[in-house]
Amino acid sequence: MKLHSILTGAALALGLAASGAMAQDKTKVGFIYVGPVGDFGWSYEHNEGRLAVEEAFGDSVETVFQESVPEGADAERVMTQMALSGADLIFSTSFGYMDPTLNVAAKFPDVKFEHATGFKRADNVSTYSARFYEGRAVIGHIAGKMTETNTVGYIASFPIPEVIRGINSAYIHAKKVNPDVEFKVVWVYTWFDPAKEADAANALIEQGADVIMQHTDSTAPMTIAEEKGIVAFGQASDMKNFGPTAQLTAIIDDWAPYYVSRVKAVMDGTWESTDTWDGIEPGMVAFAEMSDKIPADVRAEAEQMIEDIKSGAYHPFSGPLNKQDGSAWLAEGETADDGTLAGMNFYVEGLEGEIPQ
Amino acid sequence: MDLSAINWLTLLASLMVAATPILLAGIGELVVEKSGVLNLGVEGMMITGAICGFAAAYNTQSAFVGFAAAAAGGAALSMIFGLMTQVLMSNQVATGLALTLFGLGFSALLGQSYIGIKGIEVSAVPLGPLADIPVLGPVLFQHDAVVYVAIALVASVWAFLKFTRAGLTLRAVGENHDAAHALGYKVVLIRLAAIGFGGACAGLGGAYLSLVRVPQWTEGMTAGAGWIALALVVFASWRPWRVLIGAYLFGGITVLQLNLQAAGAKIPVEYLSMSPYVITIIVLVVMSSGRGRAALAAPAALGRVFHKSG
Amino acid sequence: MIALEKRPAPSRAWSMATPFLAVLLTMIAGGIMFAILGKDPFAAIRTIFYDPLFNAQFASYSRPQLLVKAGPLILIAIGLSLGFRAGIWNIGAEGQYIIGAICGAATGLAFYPMESWIILPLMIIAGALGGLLWAMVPALLKTLFNTNEILVSLLMVYIAEQLLAAMALGALRSPDGGGFPGSRNLQQYPSAHNAELIAGTGLHLGVIAALIAVIMAYILLSRHMLGFHIQLAGSAPKAARFAGAKPGLLVVTCMGISGGLAGLAGLFEVAGPAGQISIDFNSGYGFTAIIVAFLGRLNPIGILLAGLLMALTYIGGELAQFTLGLPAASIQAFQGMLLFFLLGVDMLTNFRLRWKTKGAV
Repeated sequence: MKLHSILTGAALALGLAASGAMAQDKTKVGFIYVGPVGDFGWSYEHNEGRLAVEEAFGDSVETVFQESVPEGADAERVMTQMALSGADLIFSTSFGYMDPTLNVAAKFPDVKFEHATGFKRADNVSTYSARFYEGRAVIGHIAGKMTETNTVGYIASFPIPEVIRGINSAYIHAKKVNPDVEFKVVWVYTWFDPAKEADAANALIEQGADVIMQHTDSTAPMTIAEEKGIVAFGQASDMKNFGPTAQLTAIIDDWAPYYVSRVKAVMDGTWESTDTWDGIEPGMVAFAEMSDKIPADVRAEAEQMIEDIKSGAYHPFSGPLNKQDGSAWLAEGETADDGTLAGMNFYVEGLEGEIPQ
Repeated sequence: MDLSAINWLTLLASLMVAATPILLAGIGELVVEKSGVLNLGVEGMMITGAICGFAAAYNTQSAFVGFAAAAAGGAALSMIFGLMTQVLMSNQVATGLALTLFGLGFSALLGQSYIGIKGIEVSAVPLGPLADIPVLGPVLFQHDAVVYVAIALVASVWAFLKFTRAGLTLRAVGENHDAAHALGYKVVLIRLAAIGFGGACAGLGGAYLSLVRVPQWTEGMTAGAGWIALALVVFASWRPWRVLIGAYLFGGITVLQLNLQAAGAKIPVEYLSMSPYVITIIVLVVMSSGRGRAALAAPAALGRVFHKSG
Repeated sequence: MIALEKRPAPSRAWSMATPFLAVLLTMIAGGIMFAILGKDPFAAIRTIFYDPLFNAQFASYSRPQLLVKAGPLILIAIGLSLGFRAGIWNIGAEGQYIIGAICGAATGLAFYPMESWIILPLMIIAGALGGLLWAMVPALLKTLFNTNEILVSLLMVYIAEQLLAAMALGALRSPDGGGFPGSRNLQQYPSAHNAELIAGTGLHLGVIAALIAVIMAYILLSRHMLGFHIQLAGSAPKAARFAGAKPGLLVVTCMGISGGLAGLAGLFEVAGPAGQISIDFNSGYGFTAIIVAFLGRLNPIGILLAGLLMALTYIGGELAQFTLGLPAASIQAFQGMLLFFLLGVDMLTNFRLRWKTKGAV
């Protein structure tokens, strides 16, 4: 951005020429994040994806980002300003940016937009999300095998399909290997509040949970698990630093391959509006190293499940499955369709408690 | 709902931990307000303490150094407020809010290289034979030192305000600064000392979050605890022991609502999440409408600007 | 030794000059901070204060955005300033803003998909009423039970936030949203949309309301009996009682006006720039407005200017973040500095610096 450091009129003209030339060489990619890049969770992993883009394309790409952008009017303004500054591609990385993204996209037909976790698209707006439930299936299996108290504690953020899907997927696979398993779910109504998440972890442990899963963004539950000498699964990023002995494995959001391929598509001129929902196979859902605490046979089963999900041989939501009220959902041999999964608003049979409405 | 699933004794133990950050910050702010100054910057000072404490403890591997640095950091930040409001006579409400804004930003800048790092372990200090008392021992006497320090601090503040000459002076300054000045007390210096003490306490509270309760550093990790601490002081009607009760009550309800959820209580979660605030308001109304009405009065000079005109 | 001496009357010259002095000092201190962070301080300062207004690439868009950002700040701050003058501390405008938005949006959505001109006016009334009623809780508790209004209004913010999440996930959740949180988008419902009045200017009803509020507050304070009572209650509560002011009524009125205006701001935001009720709909306008009220010295015109200045640092700060790669935190710290300096140098308006020789005290 040479343009911005030149003051006088004559120099400004020179600067324009220089930045014009640069703009042709460089593809400019913008990212907006809902949290600080230092949250070590959701926004942190998106920023890792941005860094991977810089690494992959070096001087031929310029990335800009803005952190802690509130959803709504502020997001719309930030994206507009990014588009005005000459961005070719903008990743908006929170569900709440959906309508603002479409508004801005309508004003800048030549700029491409990628919106994470949404469902509204346009000619220049793609959506992408990850099948985290595939990862939840694997850790559910491990949890079912590892729990000695038969109680798994689950720290949930908000009752939205993404979170409910994760609870169901983990529960189904824990139950499969351990019919006595019980899930205790605590809704904390926040994505990020380390102290509250720590309290929730403590409450669950006090009530007998010896395995903790979380669907919130801070690493606090992992540190509590470490302190209390129980085990837990990391969320969004590898949390081994915070629970060297507690972390069994972690589901990692790996956006890097997707971001690199989309930036490449813009460079090649092959970018098209798509709807991507990737899982373990393309690497969007990855796992941290499995702990030695997991017995060899359980580990082998987990790795087999990962392979089966990768190859498509196994779908985490395979019938027969009933809903919580006992009504039939999936028959033997049936698997859930993406539409139902995307809008999932019910528990499967066996889970206790109600989804807050 | 299975209430028997809740272990009420461990609940008691964990509420003491949950309450300690707001207790520390609250007792500090109480002293500040007793001197007639309203500092709304508690959140900013807490989070500054959280990063100063974390960084210092990490670099020296000493929890003690960490807490000392946190107190120093909180006090240093409070001196900006002190300078602004006492020397430059700016509005206290606005300056306090600015302090919070600045503290949140400043701490995030300081903490950039400490993200994703595990802090040091702060071990529990079982209080000798007391810790072995059945039932009570694990609940009351097996915490880390700061929990006891916080309680001791409440006791000292109470004794200081009630029995010492300096405490009397502080209260006099808070009730009527002109009269105190006429009696020859250095109003500005006394208030600066109180503000510094408040900052140090808030810093300690923040460090308790980043070193013990969570323990790690993340941006914005205080997540509103500073405001709760402010509310506590008013809730306590400016009495030290009531700050302790308030902090334990608030911490208790917060922990209890999570426990109720884990126990499968059939109460809508969103109302449970509101409950700490609703119950605080109700208790406050009950207290302020009853006999204690007169005793509820705030320090008379609270928030007023002092200028010696002689 | 330097001593402060109170001026007989506030200095007009200084009251004009201090804001500029403060901005200059902030530029210096902020520049040092940016330099420490390894960024070009001149570029950073220029991006924050100059580019949103005059940069060829951005200004045509960001100038109207100043109004969009400043509108709610000014509207809320005007309401708050009345109470602050009377010594009534409503610091829960954030909660009243949220409830105004919820009530207004719920009213609009109740009519969906009917189209009628009456819908937006009804929403405006509902928004104002919602904010007003939320403010009545601390106001009535204060008058009936002498409960501290600072604490209650603040706690009500947290309750409002929980209610907001519950609404976004429950009652107001869009049936077409595939189970995701968030209401229908009011921007796509013409009868409920608080659209720009003239395209590309940023002028929506909320901005107009803010300007009207500035004028009304000015008239109220300079010409009306209520304004007189408010002024008097702040400076001399006993005298106010003799002048016929009823303290309880004054509390209810001031809280009601500030709550109503905050509710209005929330409604205009949800029906316009934001578009929908979502879990994190509120973005701190209610708290920032407190700062704006004091920066404007509780004076309507001052608040207008302070709101615009605050908006400028937000928008310029955003530009600086992504064009120069400054962390969001540094902008927050920069805003904090600006406030410190503005508040700090303000004393030059009321006080004079004097050199005193030792012993003369």
